[in-house]
Amino acid sequence: MDIELTNSIEVTDDYSRTFLMDLYEKMVLCRQFEDRVKLLFLEGTMPGTIHQSQGQEATAVGVCAALGKDDYITSTHRPHAHALAKGLTAEEMMLELFGRATGCCKGKGGSMHIGNMDKGMVPAIAIVGGGIPLATGMALSFKMRQRDQVVACFFGEGATNEGAFHEGVNLASIWSLPVIFVCENNLYGASTVISKTTRVPRVSQRAASYGIRGETIDGNNVLKVYEATHRAAEECRNGQGPVLLELLTYRRVGHSRRDPAHYQDKSEQAFWFARDPIEMFKNSIFSSRDITAAELAAIDARVAQTIEDAISVAREAPFPTEDDLTQDVFSMELKS
Amino acid sequence: MKHHSIAEALREAIAEEMERDRDVFCIGEDIGVPGGFGGAFTVTLELEKRFPDRVLDTPISELGFIGAAVGAAMMGMRPIADVQYSDFLFLAMDQIANNAAKLRYMSGGTIKIPLVVRAPVGATGRGSQHAQNMERFFIGIPGLKIVAPSNAYDAKGLLKAAVRDDDPVMIFEHKLLYGSKGARAEAGTTNASSDIPDEDYVVPLGTASLRREGSDVTVLAWLLMLHESLAAAALVESDLSAEVIDVRSLAPFDWNTIGDSIDKTGRVLIVEEGPITGSVSAELAAGIMERFPDKLVAPVMRVASADVPVPFSPVLENRYRPDRHRIAEALCSIVS
Repeated sequence: MDIELTNSIEVTDDYSRTFLMDLYEKMVLCRQFEDRVKLLFLEGTMPGTIHQSQGQEATAVGVCAALGKDDYITSTHRPHAHALAKGLTAEEMMLELFGRATGCCKGKGGSMHIGNMDKGMVPAIAIVGGGIPLATGMALSFKMRQRDQVVACFFGEGATNEGAFHEGVNLASIWSLPVIFVCENNLYGASTVISKTTRVPRVSQRAASYGIRGETIDGNNVLKVYEATHRAAEECRNGQGPVLLELLTYRRVGHSRRDPAHYQDKSEQAFWFARDPIEMFKNSIFSSRDITAAELAAIDARVAQTIEDAISVAREAPFPTEDDLTQDVFSMELKS
Repeated sequence: MKHHSIAEALREAIAEEMERDRDVFCIGEDIGVPGGFGGAFTVTLELEKRFPDRVLDTPISELGFIGAAVGAAMMGMRPIADVQYSDFLFLAMDQIANNAAKLRYMSGGTIKIPLVVRAPVGATGRGSQHAQNMERFFIGIPGLKIVAPSNAYDAKGLLKAAVRDDDPVMIFEHKLLYGSKGARAEAGTTNASSDIPDEDYVVPLGTASLRREGSDVTVLAWLLMLHESLAAAALVESDLSAEVIDVRSLAPFDWNTIGDSIDKTGRVLIVEEGPITGSVSAELAAGIMERFPDKLVAPVMRVASADVPVPFSPVLENRYRPDRHRIAEALCSIVS
């Protein structure tokens, strides 16, 4: 079950230059978006609270790169990277985070419920584990309608001790539903380390109790994540789902807001900080492909500009009106 | 024209809706097992013979299958989820309250959840945990529509309206009103059967129904208490004239029908099976005093259960559940 965590990423010739550059750009977008949101939050212009994903870019981007446009994801209280990876724009997200009427959820969702069904992302479910039965039901609809779609259901290792995990995975397994259960194991549920909450050393071992395939992957290796998700999606489309993927990763930031993450062990931090998913990938594509530092710098700059533009739009955009408060509760309003 | 019990009327409604729309399906425990009992109260009996792919038996897993129903509904299916006893809804509370009720709002009005949840209520000799009138716990959750039919005609029409509605609808049904037959028959039932027209019809959600005209006092009740209230009105008819309204829609309340009646009588008695504190009747009383203060000539009165868990011994259970005699006493007291 134990896997080797190396700092080098093997880049085979199967991957086109464009594909690799796209992965890089998406990961940089996730990182820069989160870093910029953190500043906006600290300067006090962005309302609410935030749960950030710096360090977990490879899980979001690798999984979503292996999905089609018609495939769906469900997400968690830490959804920004998932959203960007699934194709939501920085602008529609920034608008939402600023609580504006033109945000992807009209300012009614906010950071923890960001999503856009047209782009295959269910508004993020911020109750730990709450998206798991939901994803099972989405997959049930695909199966009943004989659609070729899959749903990738993101959750943290903390969610695997929720009853919702057990019930949702079990249902998906007895009905062979096309769900990829994606556990982003960043070792901490808020501040509590997994070894204090879970006796099995690997979350993927839990797959055995549902009679499904489980696999542990280096979640900071974006290509390994992509390949594992691609395999799992194929299995799901062939009626061999569901699959449980455990992606080992690490949060480079606190759980939320101003959490300095003092509970993270120093040597553990050093180990994982040296395994930054973006740096690892960058170094690997430098050495294996004729991709230059200048090209990547141009991507970095373009992404930065995209985000600044999104912020400018969001700062100027209208807030919802007071009348909007009572809209969108029902689809078919009844008089009372 | 046919004559059906509530169980038969519900079964007919489900079959007709499944026939009409391929997206309608049933999901629940023991609902379609050949040789089984068609759910706890025979409502889905033998439907699996007609719709083998659309009557889904689940593990004992309320959180899981209600969550899956929400997920399937979100993708456009029209599930009818069935819990054996409404008390089990507590297990699925997260999926109902945090997902079904909120996904539309937090998505900025893009998601529809055409979900139906059916749940039997009422004290019936089973002690504390298969006995509660759970409707009280859901009326304060924005995003849910809630109905409680007291006769077979309404049961069929409301279920059809619920299936065709694009929002989550909960239907609370009373165990003593089903008219279930065979091994699942109940002792001490009240006849709630009705003539059922041959043609298709719905009973609109959000509407109350006048059951008995009167001029001295308005009685508001639903489910079994509606029948007890009608019996009480008959007991005291030589002394006073009670108007009896079947509240029927618990979210939203039909304030027009209720207000028109109070206009006439100036007095209100609300009858509820279930603890008096934090109840549906409490919300009705507050709403009446806010909306119609000038129409009232006497304070609103309530007859409800004591603030205790539902007891087992028939002597205690009969004391717990309001009956026609207590209602009649209250009627005399409010009019005097």
